[in-house]
Amino acid sequence: MKEALIVNEEEEIYRENILDHYKNPHNYGSLDHCTFTHSQNNPICGDNIAMFVNLENDKVKEIKFSGTGCAISIASASLLTEKVYGMSKNEIKKLTKEDIQKMIGVPLSVVRMKCALLSLTVLSKGLEEWENKNHEKSKN
Amino acid sequence: MQIKQLLDIEKIRSDFQILKQKVNNKPLIYLDSSATSLTPDCVINEIEKYYKEYRANVHRGIHALSEKATLAYEAAHQKAADFINAEFEEIIFTKGATESLNLLAYTLTKRLHKGDEIILTEMEHHSNLVPWQQLAKEKEILISFIPVTAEGKLDIKKLHEMITRKTKIVSITHVSNVLGTINDVKTVAKLVHSNGSLLIVDGAQGVPHISIDVKKLDCDFLVFSSHKMLGPTGIGVLYGKKNLLENLDPFLYGGDMISEVSFAHAKWNELPWKFEAGTPPIAEAIGLGKAIDYLNELGMENIKDYEEYLTEYAIKKLKEIKGLTLYGPQDAKERTSLFSFNVEGIHPHDMATILDREGIAIRAGHLCAMPLVTEILKANSVCRASLYFYNTPEEIDNLVDGIKKAKNIFGK
Repeated sequence: MKEALIVNEEEEIYRENILDHYKNPHNYGSLDHCTFTHSQNNPICGDNIAMFVNLENDKVKEIKFSGTGCAISIASASLLTEKVYGMSKNEIKKLTKEDIQKMIGVPLSVVRMKCALLSLTVLSKGLEEWENKNHEKSKN
Repeated sequence: MQIKQLLDIEKIRSDFQILKQKVNNKPLIYLDSSATSLTPDCVINEIEKYYKEYRANVHRGIHALSEKATLAYEAAHQKAADFINAEFEEIIFTKGATESLNLLAYTLTKRLHKGDEIILTEMEHHSNLVPWQQLAKEKEILISFIPVTAEGKLDIKKLHEMITRKTKIVSITHVSNVLGTINDVKTVAKLVHSNGSLLIVDGAQGVPHISIDVKKLDCDFLVFSSHKMLGPTGIGVLYGKKNLLENLDPFLYGGDMISEVSFAHAKWNELPWKFEAGTPPIAEAIGLGKAIDYLNELGMENIKDYEEYLTEYAIKKLKEIKGLTLYGPQDAKERTSLFSFNVEGIHPHDMATILDREGIAIRAGHLCAMPLVTEILKANSVCRASLYFYNTPEEIDNLVDGIKKAKNIFGK
C-alpha cells in the first residue's frame, strides 16, 4: 500500500502542464464591466486570487482572473477559467473538490489542495453573492 | 572554522526515534524546529511513566499517587525556575507562550487608561501583537512599534524617542521568529526601567537556544513554550517578578487558584497557583521538566556554540545560491539558527513541496508575522529552514541541493 503512494517521475507535481499554466496563465487579467467579481486570500500564505465573470443567458461568456500565488494556485485558476468557459451557473455550482483534483491531474497533499481550491472558492463565492444580491433586488 | 566536538551529534540523534524514518523514501531532514522542535525519547518515556505508574490529580488527593504526582508537578516548576534563574513562585504554567501573553495583556491593560501607551516592535509574532492590538482598541490605548532596520535588527535608538511618560508597557521578542535576530534585551530593559515602564520579553524563540538569566536580563516578565524546547505541546511558562505577580489579578478563575470560597466571595491562592486555575497539564509539566534536564545535560552554552557553527555554515552556503535572498542579520553571532529566504521566481509553497519530496521539512508562509513579512520585507510569504542542535552541516548541504533542484524545475 505504502509503495503505491510513492510518486514516480511521471506523476511529478510540477510536470510541464502545471508549470506552463503557472508561467503563462490563460485568461489572466481583469474585466472592467462584468456580471460579478470576487477576490479572496489563502490565509496560510496571503496569496490572493480575483475572478471576473461575464454571464450571458446564465452562461459564462467571458472570464478573467488575476492575483499572486504558488504554481498550484495559479495553474489551477488558469485551468479553471478554461474549464468553466461556456458553462451554466448551475454547472459551476456542481463543481467539487474532486473535479479540481481531476483537472490538476497530479496528487496533492491536504494543505496544497487548499492552494488548488482557492480559485473555485473565489468563483463560487462570487456567484453566490451575486445571486443573493439579485434575489434581494427582486424581492424589493 | 573547525567543527567543535562539544556535542556528540551522532549520540544525540540516536536519542530521537522520530529521526530514524524516511519521508517520501528519503531520510527525514527536519528543518522546522522553530515551528515545533522534536522530542527525545527520554521525555516521551517520562510522560508515559506518569500515565502508567502514578496518574493522579495534583494538590488535592491525600493518597499516594496524588502525592507522587504533586511532587513531580512541583519539581517541574522548580526545574523551569532554575533554568532561567527565577524563583519557584515566579513560574506559572500556561498553555503556551500565546496564553502567557494573553494573560499579561488582559491583566495589565485592565489598569491602563485612555491615552496610555504600549510599545511593541515591528518584528513581533502575532501572539505578541494581536492581544495588545485588540485590547488597545477597547481601552483607547496607543500602540507604537520599534522599527526594524534594513539589516533586520531592532532600531533601539528609536526607542529613546518613542518612550514617554505615558508608556506603561514595552513588550518585545528576544529572538525574531522570521529574521532570527537576537535583540539586545538588556539595553532595552535599562531604558524601559529608567522610564518606570514594564518590560515583557517573548522568549519563545530565544529560551530553547540561548541560556537566559532573568535576573541579569532584568525583564519583568518572560514567556516561552515547552514544545519549542523538546517538551510536549500544550504547556508553556509565564515568568514574572514576584512583587508584580502578587499585585496582578488572576486571569482564569476556578479550582486550585483559590484559598477560600464562599457563595459571595473568594480569596486567591498563593503564587504561583493563583494563576493556575483548574487541573493543570500535569503530564506535560513532567515532560517539560525532563526536557529541561536533557538540555542541561548537553549544556546551553554548548548548544549555543554548536548552533553558531551551523549558522555560520548555513549563511555561507545559502548566500552562494544565485537568486536567493536571505533575510535578517548576515553575521552568525547576531542571530539564531533559523533562516528565512526567498528564491526568485519560486513561490515558498512550491519550494516547500519540492523540498518535502526530498524528505526535507521546512516552513512556508507568513510565519505568523504578517505585518513584518508583507509590510517590512515586502514579500507575500517566505521559506524558513530552522535548525536545532540535532541538525548537521550535511543536512544544510542537502537543503542547498534541494533548493537547486527547485531552481532547475522552475528554470525549465
